[in-house]
Amino acid sequence: MSKPKKPKKLDRKAFKSIFLRLCTYIFKYWYLFIPAVILTLVSNQLSLLGPKFSGDAIDAMAKKGNVNFNSVTDNIIKMIICYVLSSVLSYLLASLMIFISQKIVFTMRKQLFEKLTSLPVGYFDTHPTGDIISHISYDIDTINSSLSHDLVQIMTSVYTVIGSLIFMWNISKPMILVFAVTVPASIIFTRYHSKRVRPLFHTRSKKLGELNGYAEEMLSGCRTIKAYAREDEIGNRFNKRNTDSMDAYYKADYHGCTMGPTVNFINNLSISLVMILGGILYLYSQNGVAKAGSLFFITLGGVSQFVQYSRKFAGPINEFANIINELQSAFSAAERVFKIIDEEPEKTDIPNALLLDNVNGEVEFKNVVFGYTPDKTILKDISFAAKSGKTIAIVGPTGAGKTTIINLLMRFYDVNSGTITVDGTEARDITRKSLRKAYTMVLQDTWLFCGTIYDNIAYGRENATEDEIKAAAKAARIDKYIEALPDGYNTVLTDDGINISKGQRQLITIARAMIANSQMLILDEATSNVDSRTEIKIQEAMAELMKGRTCFVIAHRLSTIQNADLILVIKDGKITESGNHNQLLHSGGFYSTLYNSQFN
Amino acid sequence: MRKIIGYLKGFYGRMTIGFVIKTIATLAELMLPYILSHILKDIINSDLKDILFWGILMIIFSAIAGIFNIIANRMAAFVSKNFAENMRKDLFDKTLRLSAAQTDKFTIPSLESRITTDTYNVHGFINMIQRMGVRAPIMLAGGIAITLFMDMHLSLVMIAILPLIFVTVYFIRRMGVPLYTKVQQSVDGMIRVVREDAQGIRVIKALSKIDYEHRRYEKVNKALVKEEIKAGVIMGSVHPIMTFFMNMGSVAVIAIGAARISNSLSEPETIIAFMQYFTQISMALMAVTRMFVMYTKSSASAKRIAEVLSAEEDITLKAKTEYPDISTDSHILFDNVTFSYNGKRNNIENISFSIKKGGSVGIIGATGSGKSTVIKLLLRFYDADMGAIYINGEDIRTIERARFYEYFGSALQQDFLYADTIEENIRFGRDIPFSDIKKAAKIAQADNFITAFADGYSHQLSPHGTNISGGQKQRLLISRAIAAKPDILILDDSSSALDYKTDAALRCALKENLQDTTVITVAQRVSSVKDCDVILVLDDGKIIGSGTHDMLLEKCEEYREISNSQMGGAIVE
Repeated sequence: MSKPKKPKKLDRKAFKSIFLRLCTYIFKYWYLFIPAVILTLVSNQLSLLGPKFSGDAIDAMAKKGNVNFNSVTDNIIKMIICYVLSSVLSYLLASLMIFISQKIVFTMRKQLFEKLTSLPVGYFDTHPTGDIISHISYDIDTINSSLSHDLVQIMTSVYTVIGSLIFMWNISKPMILVFAVTVPASIIFTRYHSKRVRPLFHTRSKKLGELNGYAEEMLSGCRTIKAYAREDEIGNRFNKRNTDSMDAYYKADYHGCTMGPTVNFINNLSISLVMILGGILYLYSQNGVAKAGSLFFITLGGVSQFVQYSRKFAGPINEFANIINELQSAFSAAERVFKIIDEEPEKTDIPNALLLDNVNGEVEFKNVVFGYTPDKTILKDISFAAKSGKTIAIVGPTGAGKTTIINLLMRFYDVNSGTITVDGTEARDITRKSLRKAYTMVLQDTWLFCGTIYDNIAYGRENATEDEIKAAAKAARIDKYIEALPDGYNTVLTDDGINISKGQRQLITIARAMIANSQMLILDEATSNVDSRTEIKIQEAMAELMKGRTCFVIAHRLSTIQNADLILVIKDGKITESGNHNQLLHSGGFYSTLYNSQFN
Repeated sequence: MRKIIGYLKGFYGRMTIGFVIKTIATLAELMLPYILSHILKDIINSDLKDILFWGILMIIFSAIAGIFNIIANRMAAFVSKNFAENMRKDLFDKTLRLSAAQTDKFTIPSLESRITTDTYNVHGFINMIQRMGVRAPIMLAGGIAITLFMDMHLSLVMIAILPLIFVTVYFIRRMGVPLYTKVQQSVDGMIRVVREDAQGIRVIKALSKIDYEHRRYEKVNKALVKEEIKAGVIMGSVHPIMTFFMNMGSVAVIAIGAARISNSLSEPETIIAFMQYFTQISMALMAVTRMFVMYTKSSASAKRIAEVLSAEEDITLKAKTEYPDISTDSHILFDNVTFSYNGKRNNIENISFSIKKGGSVGIIGATGSGKSTVIKLLLRFYDADMGAIYINGEDIRTIERARFYEYFGSALQQDFLYADTIEENIRFGRDIPFSDIKKAAKIAQADNFITAFADGYSHQLSPHGTNISGGQKQRLLISRAIAAKPDILILDDSSSALDYKTDAALRCALKENLQDTTVITVAQRVSSVKDCDVILVLDDGKIIGSGTHDMLLEKCEEYREISNSQMGGAIVE
């Protein structure tokens, strides 16, 4: 008995902690939230009073030809006031809730984003961008709509239920007994039903996700599909998933769609029962069996009011199941958001960390051991020294650990054991900011943001002048291309960069690197997207840039590295050969085989 | 929308039955307040038995309404499921068959959202319209009809209010469309910053630009909040305004009712029943406006779907009379081909070359020089603006699709792998025995790394093949290209991620095993093309040099430059 309950208890605990955490956001805006609560109460009170006055008005005209006009007019005026105020207040409330929820959402998005930027870069290697985006958009959106809608809904519902109950209690106590039957029936049904249907809806969204994923993937290969004329085959495979997904959809719908009509039936059943009971009581009241003032006495207006209130009362009870479902999804969205906010950020700099200033550019690896995860060591005992102003080329097969060395140089990660020193100071004792400023990187994946070419180049260094930017573009051999564009440097690079080729994007990142003007350079396959003719030109510019700087270069192209002062051949996380081009060529190792293979 | 509605054909019978069932359910529901008023009238001069009779009748009608609604809803779910399934199938099939130019125009992300979100929207709408589309109008019209029957004067009061509600709601909603478009644009802007930063986190951290990015994000975040508040505050008025009008209607009913009762033209019981219908009608009204909102949303989606479905095929099979065969001994022949993507600037110009059966052509040149365009035209992703391309003397525009693509095996630039086994990624849905797949992988130098996986050829790739390296991807793509022993093999920049050694071994194996295959290699490395029978050097869409490696080294300065830079210059000679 107690065993299966255990996970549920934990769920509840998590539920509670998420709830409390969401509350802290709301309490931050208590000065807006308190008026919202008051508005909810008042506007609901007013809308509850409406039927009462209309009932009173009807009572005042109970007898044919004998209408108490004073009372009717009185009640009509009251009704108008109630309804006008109720509408105005509920509009104010809706607007206020939008303000509150937007403020909260703004804060959450800000926190989430700032947390993301403080996470170690590894986080982005292991979490697809699409996931991150869905947290910051869909998840927060879900929380938003829940905050701006469900919160008011819950307050209103609770208030309406209690309010109608009080009104009905005042009209006729015995008639309330009807709800003692129908409300539990309704609750039991919705609970039982949603328990049964939930897994169906879960399958449904899972299948839909699979279908969408498949469509996305196949469309990205539509050229290839065309080139192999596989449209029919792929279409069939898609359709299998389509059918699966739609079957799951139908199954969920088939069982899910009984909810509304059933609840509605219970609703109508209550009203019928209320009517029967009300009729009987009224009959006895008219007969004089139930005397005025007794527990069972009821007027015609009373019956009418009771029916109206019972509708108001039953509505929210049935809505509750829906709200709980919505809250569930909002809470699980909040859980995902909080999970990121709680992620361990990049370690902060040690206290009294040194500022790296007047960089000379001496870097030394001493017995460096590193792995991204404890169970897999990528670098095993790496030692080498880079003298100031020299070029160090790193060569080796894919997965040997070349990029990892760059990650350690930039302190995207810290070593497991061993040390890395820059100008004799251990990297861990230097502030990250000043350490990273000492390097400029040009990476394999060209990264440009949506903005003008000018801004993208200027990104390398704040306060770069226009002349400097143009000079950098010229040095990167991209100036002519930019100037030929209709908008020149003000050309906006669009999202997908369709308007500019890969090679040209790479040249812009090189221009950005030139602007940065750091003492050390890191080039990771920097020219792999540039065709050979452009590469020659870049190499000239690079040679100038590299003059006097310490450079770490990773490249497949031997032409790029053969002029290096030191070539490190890395295999399986170890340095297997080191020396300059001629030395390595004569030693007859991996490097020379690699080099000679181009001529065979 | 009309084209989309066509998918409901074949379900009209079922929909009619569903419609009838729904109507019965709705009518049963409508009877409830009517009986209610009847009971209220009977109470005065009747006995317990009658009250019970009518009360139980109410319960029976409630039950009928409940059961029939469930049946009708299930039928609606069935119809909409089949509707969406068929439509999505056609949409996907059509999308795959769009020409490259059409795909460029629609863009892939847009096509993707048409298959996913838009279809989903339309599906939801079709489902809902069958459920509420019957119920709400009948509730509305029926409610009004019954009230007319009960007391015409009172119901006229109510009817007078309806246009007011419709007009206000209509105008506010209309204001909403541009507001929400702006919200969506702001969302896009916000997402763009997140996407960019997630992808460029290394560069951002390296340049210590975190604070700058925070400021950049703050700006888009603020803009989004501003737009959301604007839209929310305006759209938030719809509900209060509607409720207000409805409530004022009930006030008017009471006021006029009082006057009529006073003149013995009506009875209090009628007013009570009237108030009941009033709630019914206002709920129906809410449903109608909700349907209206969903309609606007889904008709936009329907339009986007219809756009794709009705896109005219633009790469069509041409008649031999129009593009006659020529007699030639070339396997592939480009005859003075000129082509432009945008119709303004020619991307390739006057390209002519030919290859004998089993021969090889290498194409080399700078980025943007038109190398890949040549391939795209050969594969008939686009049709040439001028000139013609022949395979075995047949103009490619006159060859049926299935036969045409059977000639080729292609490993294209930015080619794709998908979430499935390695074996299936090579087979790619074709009828190829495993022995051929293994052989192809061996030639493509892929067998070694595949068999190194514990599950070998059954190894599962992640979506887009992200769990293998760039060089491994390229080798799989080449395996796929050669697995069906094609007549023509196209390698478009498909060995750029391989080291020289593997690249050399690959070319050697290709030469040995595919002697009858005509090979076209596009590359940036001289070493990848230097053994080709003919090498074309492209510059700005034109051929500036052609010949063998040795000939070009002698004659073509650009080629020499490229070659020297890659071969390590003087050391070699």
